[in-house]
Amino acid sequence: MGLRSFFDRIEPNFVHGGKYEKYFPIYEMVESFLFTPKTVTTVAPHARSYIDMKRIMTYVVIATIPCILFGLYNVGLQSNMAIQEFGPSGWRAGLIGALGIGFNPNNPLANMLHGLTYFLPIYIVTLVAGGIWEVVFATVRRHEVNEGFLVTSMLYTLILPASTPLWQVALGISFGVVIGKEVFGGTGKNFLNPALVGRAFLYFAYPAYMSGDTIWTPVDGFSGATALAVTASEGVGQLGAYGITWWDAFIGTIQGCIGETSTLACLIGLGFLLFTKIANYRMVVGCLAGMIGFSLLLNLVGSDTNPAFATPWYWHLVMGGYAFGLVFMVTEPVSGSHTNVGRYIYGALIGFMVVMIRVVNPAFPEGMMLAILFGNVFAPLIDYFVVQANIRRRARRV
Amino acid sequence: MEQYLSLAVKAIFVENMALAFFLGMCTFLAVSKKISTAIGLGISVTLVQTITVPANNLILTYLLAPGALAWAGFPDVDLTFLGLISYIGVIAAIVQILEMVLDKYFPPLYNALGIFLPLITVNCAILGGSLFMVERDYNFGEASVYGISSGFGWALAITAMAGVREKLKYSDIPDGLQGLGITFISAGLMAMAFMSFSGVNL
Repeated sequence: MGLRSFFDRIEPNFVHGGKYEKYFPIYEMVESFLFTPKTVTTVAPHARSYIDMKRIMTYVVIATIPCILFGLYNVGLQSNMAIQEFGPSGWRAGLIGALGIGFNPNNPLANMLHGLTYFLPIYIVTLVAGGIWEVVFATVRRHEVNEGFLVTSMLYTLILPASTPLWQVALGISFGVVIGKEVFGGTGKNFLNPALVGRAFLYFAYPAYMSGDTIWTPVDGFSGATALAVTASEGVGQLGAYGITWWDAFIGTIQGCIGETSTLACLIGLGFLLFTKIANYRMVVGCLAGMIGFSLLLNLVGSDTNPAFATPWYWHLVMGGYAFGLVFMVTEPVSGSHTNVGRYIYGALIGFMVVMIRVVNPAFPEGMMLAILFGNVFAPLIDYFVVQANIRRRARRV
Repeated sequence: MEQYLSLAVKAIFVENMALAFFLGMCTFLAVSKKISTAIGLGISVTLVQTITVPANNLILTYLLAPGALAWAGFPDVDLTFLGLISYIGVIAAIVQILEMVLDKYFPPLYNALGIFLPLITVNCAILGGSLFMVERDYNFGEASVYGISSGFGWALAITAMAGVREKLKYSDIPDGLQGLGITFISAGLMAMAFMSFSGVNL
């Protein structure tokens, strides 16, 4: 236990009265990252549970692993396929060429490594830029840096397009961490999902980098519509003409943000989160019901001018960020509703909104991000009405 | 019928008075601490808006618009320059009447609303509603629908804001931002969420 004794030796410098008292949050961050925190509740009431913050956050990060792995593969696959046509360019291609790996889209290892050259820079920039803000706020405001940021940074990385410029990555995560979370007092005290706040900030501030046909596959000269863009403009029946089948979309070998293309990988993560009871199944059920119900309604109503009305629900499930948002964002306990009945309503509101934005709103082909933010805004209100209804029901019983 | 429905949806969500146009901010920020009062204020704004926008529409059509006084024998009189002052006058008068009616017949609601009812007189969302009505050339039917739905949209926004603020009571907000500061930030973030409707064409 050399490491433990090292920490025990330097700890007195950081605790109250020590030489580096000011930097306690940094010490605490490193220590609690490496060891299970020793802190326990000291005042009543006591509830015994193995689920502490570290465990929740770590489990969410573990649940994203299938998405990360598949995202690496898919970014590489899409880039390598485009490179077959347009030829390699940029430092990444130079690096891969120098390593002698090649750009064969049929070689999974080459795809993974190519994907890694996109994923890693974005992730590192996210960790550094967001981490600096976390530490600054923790030091000034004397709270602790906790594992929540690991989740935020991972989710934020996975919902960016692979071609996002790195300075925008840093800007977005700074906005997300500072305005989305830290001004409210840190993890657990925010009312919107910080990763989505950062993403939405980039989306509205730099629309040219965040939407369109050229950004999803990071190869110069490449341009290709995403499944959602095709659906919005020509209808779901035309997807076959672009070579996109339902299974492609389900497995995830389509264009999209780094980690959100694969519904399958998201569902594996969902299984893990539901099994460990980190995610609340009520939100998932509500969100599925809202999405399926409203898209069936739109299918029935139909439209002559808008082909997106005819999109069936099983396509809504596999396209864009729906599955990823459903698994990792809707189920987030802080910004969602806190009552059980409210969770169903909250989920259904998001499911309804995502179909509404995708189908009715011509400005945005994808709506999961905004739908979740919208749900976050109304979550406290839903709770309020559920609680009031409960009070009234019980008052009548007296 | 369909045009009224799309006008209503547009006024409630797409062109939300509070979160898309940032009108009525003073009351929106000041009276959103508790959900119950926010609901009360929302209802009274909706009520006032429902009455004033069609009322101003009638005044515009039959008194102020160019040629509107033809019925009185002045076919070439244009009184639109009196618009602003008459709309404010109408709003103030209607709020006064409403206050007296509520005081006489619905004392519990009157007591619950308290000071907010007279404050509505100077709420820019109300005047904004009437001015949008003039600018967009709504007829009487459209003005009625626009009045009720823009008021409802504002009520929805302030109720959601109150919900968020009740939740934020448990937050640990830096000293300098407590109170109005964090409320401004929350309102901005809420407006970002409401952008999900921007661009909807009905």
